Amino acid sequence: MQSVFSNRGRGYRGALSLVLPGAFLCAALSIGACNKSSSASTTTDSSAKAEKAAAPTPTERSTEASGAAVLLPPGLEKSTIKAADYPTAKIMTTGLKVDDDSVTVGILHSTTGTMAISETGSVQAEKLAIAQINALGGILGRQIKVIQEDGASDWPTFAEKARKLLVNDKVAAVMGCWTSASRKAVLPVFEKENGLLYYPTFYEGLEQSKNVFYTGQEATQQILASLDWVNKEKGAKSFYLIGSDYIWPRTSMKIARKHIENVLKGTVVGEEFAPLGNTQFGSIINKIKLKKPDVIFAAVVGGSNVAWFKQLNAAGVTAATQTLLTISVTEDEVLGIGGENLTGFFSSMKYFQSLDNPNNKSFVEAFKKMWGEKSVIGDVTQAGYLGPWIWKAAVEKAGSFDVDKVVAASPEIEIKIAPEGYVKVHANHHLWSKARIGKAKPDGQWEVVHESDLIEPNPFPKGYQ
Amino acid sequence: MSLNEIGSMVAMQGFSGLSLFTVLLLMALGLAIIFGQMGVINMAHGEFMAIGAYVVYLFSQLTQNFAPGMREVYFVPAVVAAFFVAAAVGYLVEVLLIRRLYKRPLDTLLATWGLSLAMQQFFRTFINPKEVSAELPEWLLGAFNPTPSIQVPRNGIFVMGLTILVTVGVYLLMLKSRWGIRIRATTQNRIMSSAVGINTDRVDRFTFALGCGIAGLAGAAFTTIGSTGPTSGSLYIVDTFLVVVFGGAANLIGTIASAFSIAQAQSLLEFFLTSAMAKVLTLLTIIIILMIRPQGLFTTKVRT
Repeated sequence: MQSVFSNRGRGYRGALSLVLPGAFLCAALSIGACNKSSSASTTTDSSAKAEKAAAPTPTERSTEASGAAVLLPPGLEKSTIKAADYPTAKIMTTGLKVDDDSVTVGILHSTTGTMAISETGSVQAEKLAIAQINALGGILGRQIKVIQEDGASDWPTFAEKARKLLVNDKVAAVMGCWTSASRKAVLPVFEKENGLLYYPTFYEGLEQSKNVFYTGQEATQQILASLDWVNKEKGAKSFYLIGSDYIWPRTSMKIARKHIENVLKGTVVGEEFAPLGNTQFGSIINKIKLKKPDVIFAAVVGGSNVAWFKQLNAAGVTAATQTLLTISVTEDEVLGIGGENLTGFFSSMKYFQSLDNPNNKSFVEAFKKMWGEKSVIGDVTQAGYLGPWIWKAAVEKAGSFDVDKVVAASPEIEIKIAPEGYVKVHANHHLWSKARIGKAKPDGQWEVVHESDLIEPNPFPKGYQ
Repeated sequence: MSLNEIGSMVAMQGFSGLSLFTVLLLMALGLAIIFGQMGVINMAHGEFMAIGAYVVYLFSQLTQNFAPGMREVYFVPAVVAAFFVAAAVGYLVEVLLIRRLYKRPLDTLLATWGLSLAMQQFFRTFINPKEVSAELPEWLLGAFNPTPSIQVPRNGIFVMGLTILVTVGVYLLMLKSRWGIRIRATTQNRIMSSAVGINTDRVDRFTFALGCGIAGLAGAAFTTIGSTGPTSGSLYIVDTFLVVVFGGAANLIGTIASAFSIAQAQSLLEFFLTSAMAKVLTLLTIIIILMIRPQGLFTTKVRT
């Protein structure tokens, strides 16, 4: 290379001296990068292994059940139900994929595309629950087999895969979807084919379907409870609402505004929706400074979320001077935002990884054993974990896999091993659950500072539409 | 509200406009060189920014694991490295891909778009599918308070300083160095340049690498503002093209003027209206101006 350049003009030699060290640095770096990526991806590697280990064929799984393949929730004994007591012909009359020793369910989440980041946790939690149920003897003596489909962060694909799972694979239930958009896309399919969907994400409410169970919280369980708390605890009267510009934050803020104005008799001093993916919050932050709200109520999502909190911090808006309450930051998001940018701010969720109860301790331990020490568990991941357990309880109560019977048996089902403590299924297909307020710690975990009573789910709140 | 407060607000809002201006300019400089000087539509420009950001993240991780004491100083060499890594990748891309497509500009568009997808998947598979953030040194965190009521973000000051440095550097390089003369000569008349003994192939390679290197610098600077994910680059690409096209493709002053006016319009409108409205109005104005002046704000005569 040197000889090629040697008889050229000065300009080139200058350029050469610029580029050559660059090339060396690059070579050195790329080795570093390889090392780095291999060390950074140990969790993914090991989780991939864990997946293989945790998803052997059902027969292997049952033989392993007595061993230490998966850690089990506390206080549950291996089921004594024998499949022979429940002849297949009796417990399934609608052509679902159930035989004498197995039943098939579907998992439908995005494992590729932009939503993969968020949905991975749900997939992992659902697989953990299924592995645990299998280790405990399965459902009605039958081991659960899983068919997993990828929604690819694309809503029509979700609908297509849902149809495939229901029509071709005849799965008895589906754990899946994350965004409201994907749920809206599959809803007509589930209603037409009479399928059963367990949906894990907290969402804006205003929906109820015979064929869907919502294991996350609807708007009133998350928003109203947290506004009441901040009003009572911090004496907050003026609120600045900010969210990303799409259906969930917009609906949530509409509900929040009604509650603030009509119930709390407070004022909304500003309402702002930043385009999805926006990374410049300078002007918005200045506006907030100008209005001096008691509370910033935030529902910013995705990459914007990181920019939003980093810039708040950089603009001198910290917990020392400003109360901030968010409904869009779980442990998963903190990874990207960085704990130091959040310290002291509040988040409203129903579950935090730091919850101090025996159910949660064993859940966190089992999750980390299956998916790697470095995993963090957010609100939606926990809600995903509930799906298979609620379905199991309903099937056993109904003594049948038929969707109509399972749906009829579902209300009033209690899950006592829920990591969030205790949940009960409501006749409106949502869960009774508690709202909790967490205060961010620099290490990325949340300290629970408030816990409500069990809140009755109310997807169609009066006066909020 | 007191006069003092209004003054502080004007100062902070003024800074936030300037800060957005420097961000846009830094994003656009690299592309202005590649698109403006070479006419290559590089859809993977955003991914070169991501490379720069990932280099900083890598340095931050290495520092954390092997030399925690270096946390306050690692950032500067990381930014320099970001430039060279991105430039080196750019150089390779030029050699392997771009130079085979100079005569087919539309195919360049497709090829670089494919490249951007491939790079995104590379980040997702080999680095981390989740968004990552570099651990920043103390001196980049928080705000600088000239008076008790004015908070100026330190990361904004850093980005601003870096942008000034890079802009002046690019300006000197393009207008005052022999290398810059060769680049401009090649842009203006490739055949003649080649006839007088300029190795235009090599000029292309270095120009492309330089543009990518500056993209890497921009990406490195943006780790102080937001996070880095596999698709971060695609967030920036639209704004980047907007600035370059609006400014007049082949003109450095045009890029600066364009970044300045877009940033000020955006940030002022955002302050008085909502951010969605601000975006709509800014884009609308740009469209109208481009209808009247399709060549952009400033132009340089180019014969190719």
